[in-house]
Amino acid sequence: MCAVRGLTKTYPAVRGRRGTPATPEVRATDDVRLEIRRGEIFGLLGPNGAGKSTLVRQLTGLMRPDGGSVEILGHDIVRHPERAARILAYLGQESTALDELTVSLAAETTGRLRGLDVRRARAERDAVLDELGLTPLAGRPLKKLSGGQRRLACFAAALVGERPLLVLDEPTTGMDPVARRAVWSAVDRRRAERGTTVLLVTHNVIEAETVLDRVAVLDRGRVIACDTPAGLKEQVAGDVRVDLVWRDAAPLHVPEVAALRDRAVESGRRWTLRLGPEEARAVVATVTGGAAFAALDDFTLATPSLEDVYLALGGAAQQGLVKA
Amino acid sequence: MSVVPADVLPGSALAVQEPAAGAAELGPRARLWPSLAAVYRAQLSRARVARIPLLFVATFQSIGIMILMRGVVDDGAEAQAVVAGSSVLVVAFVALNLLAQYFGQLRASGGLDHYATLPVPPAAVVLGAAGAYASFTVPGTVVTAVFGCVLFGLPLAHLWILMAVIPLAGAALAGLGAALGLLAPRPELATLLGQLGMSAALLLGVLPADRMPEVVRFTRDLLPSTYGVEAFARTFGADPDWAFVLGDLAVCGGVGVVSLAVATWAYRRAAVR
Repeated sequence: MCAVRGLTKTYPAVRGRRGTPATPEVRATDDVRLEIRRGEIFGLLGPNGAGKSTLVRQLTGLMRPDGGSVEILGHDIVRHPERAARILAYLGQESTALDELTVSLAAETTGRLRGLDVRRARAERDAVLDELGLTPLAGRPLKKLSGGQRRLACFAAALVGERPLLVLDEPTTGMDPVARRAVWSAVDRRRAERGTTVLLVTHNVIEAETVLDRVAVLDRGRVIACDTPAGLKEQVAGDVRVDLVWRDAAPLHVPEVAALRDRAVESGRRWTLRLGPEEARAVVATVTGGAAFAALDDFTLATPSLEDVYLALGGAAQQGLVKA
Repeated sequence: MSVVPADVLPGSALAVQEPAAGAAELGPRARLWPSLAAVYRAQLSRARVARIPLLFVATFQSIGIMILMRGVVDDGAEAQAVVAGSSVLVVAFVALNLLAQYFGQLRASGGLDHYATLPVPPAAVVLGAAGAYASFTVPGTVVTAVFGCVLFGLPLAHLWILMAVIPLAGAALAGLGAALGLLAPRPELATLLGQLGMSAALLLGVLPADRMPEVVRFTRDLLPSTYGVEAFARTFGADPDWAFVLGDLAVCGGVGVVSLAVATWAYRRAAVR
């Protein structure tokens, strides 16, 4: 549904002036290649300055790439950037255009500018505000709302006037769990009913893990990995982390426990073990049954989080896709 | 007004261009007038939140200037120039200065992205905002004009001319303000240019022209607000020469069309980089 090939954008070098140091030429997106399927929630993950926003700006027709192609639902967005506005809805990080409007007028105006007539714009506005629980705030200007509420109001504006593709740049920043849930259930409903596709830019790895179908990790303008969250985690490490917390001391009289001691990182009553999935299962079986169980206070079994992936792949702590 | 680019008119070549075979149907395009009305209404509603800067500051400034000038100018042509200049200054303050700042900030903060990712004709965004800012000047200009007439003992009979002066001077100055705000590479520059434009309107519009040196008078002729001031000032006379009033207003209208067209072009340029 959305195919990106060889997308490249270079910001020219800036000569230094008084007070501002020179910056060298920057490749904001470097031969980016992506394939987003219909109805999926596709994530762009990466550290600050990785080129996520530049990529999104090129997909939404806001910026012309130096080279490469973007095709959304059969339309060439590089040649016809004005068509992007008729295929997708974009939620940017800035709300300055809507700040001094009331929630209700922001949603209605956006709908009208998406080509709806007054009646439809009002009907959709009411439906969306109701769906997101914004009706009590409808008469308040965005400026007077808290950060999370304002974000939710902008999200509401993005939903008025149906589009098959939603491009959301950090939509849930500053939101409380209730608002976040409202966002994701609104997305899910559109996906189930109309096959809406979502392109999500995010920093929130925990959220990314729960909502994304697939994720591309960007670093210095390049896609360095693209897979399902589970697939990505596997690429970084196939190991499972087992935490065992003993009541007071480890039951070293149990031979299986004694054998584990060399491989555990001890911290007070807590043992942390990195094991293969099979081994981990065996260890859990051992400690939750028999003599060891009496000494066990608590245990957790966890696969590496997407946060581990994010940290392993991104930014200054560049380690590449190596197994931990 | 004929500042509508050809490609937003229904039935023009672009509007009927069909996408490639197999491509999904595009969402509707927002048509010019409905979207202009929507932008205008939204912008107008901002006055509820930002009432003081948008509606009152300019009026206080103009009334203050007239009170200051009270002791300086005589009661004849100079008083007429001061009242007309102060009234049009309200238009310059809001439509030129504040609109330049608004678009400058919108551009710098990425707020234009919101409009640029909606299928709305650029002219609708620019004209809607310019129209709203011109409308913000109505109460201030009327209050200033009435106050000035009472203060200087001028006749109120022809104040209806404001119904032509405000929209036409408003179009010229708002177009200029929008163009400056959208073209300025940095928001501070947009603010500076807006302030300079307003200062020029203040100095060249309020001060009586016949005391000025030749160069300054030439600069005065280049400023669109001058023609609004002249048109308004002429109507205070016992027997106004309506042909000249119409001529001055026509200049305002002409500058308005050109400057709004430039602003629309500047918006297009600023929206997609």
